[in-house]
Amino acid sequence: MKNQMRIFFDAVSENEAFARLVAAGFFAQLNPTLAEITDVKTAVSEAVTNAIIHGYEGKGGTVELFCAYDENRLQIEVADRGIGIPNIAQAMEPLYTSKPELERSGMGFTIMETFMDKMRVESIPHFGTRVYMEKDLKTE
Amino acid sequence: MEITWKTLDHILMVKICGDIDHHTCEMLRQQVDQALESTNSRSILFSFAQVSFMDSSGIGVLIGRYKLVQRLGGRIAVACPSDRVREIFRLSALDKLFPFFETEEAALADLKGGNQK
Repeated sequence: MKNQMRIFFDAVSENEAFARLVAAGFFAQLNPTLAEITDVKTAVSEAVTNAIIHGYEGKGGTVELFCAYDENRLQIEVADRGIGIPNIAQAMEPLYTSKPELERSGMGFTIMETFMDKMRVESIPHFGTRVYMEKDLKTE
Repeated sequence: MEITWKTLDHILMVKICGDIDHHTCEMLRQQVDQALESTNSRSILFSFAQVSFMDSSGIGVLIGRYKLVQRLGGRIAVACPSDRVREIFRLSALDKLFPFFETEEAALADLKGGNQK
């Protein structure tokens, strides 16, 4: 069974909970375990927060959330049209943050990598960033 | 998110109820910092018993409060974290900075012991 959905919403912090709940609701159709759905919620929350804080630097914009599944394989994309990431390798280092003054931990990408099976980042400075994530559900 | 707090022996006991994310952590940060200052507390006990979700925003808040109480000569203890919260803390090595306890009573006893030193 294949299914997909795509939504666009304002890059405001109020929508972080909305985005992770939408993703959780969409994938709930596959009867994932509580741990699996928490993995998805956490990864989506991190990616959306990055788009709001780093992509748009809190100045607003539009965030795209794409969710799809093919049998038990989940696919998630979170994208913004913000400032982009000049050095992706550095941004993905654990504890690295470009905004220490905001008490950011620099663990967002590490958490996405830990809780999802695959994670990839594409970014073009001044054009935007797209995060791709995949996860195979263990449930039948 | 709802935050309630009380103090005992210069220990600020903070109970967090709800989700901790970038949106809610600003309220958590402000309320804890104000309570710390207004009560002259030195240490903080965070109870995570009713935390339903946390992402890396929670790590930043706790590291910030850790630095704050260090300057006051106090400590931080975390009580009742879920397995998921504990895993996120472990990933960021927060479990090396302050202790985790299964109950609020155990966390309070630890902080009281530290405060008497």
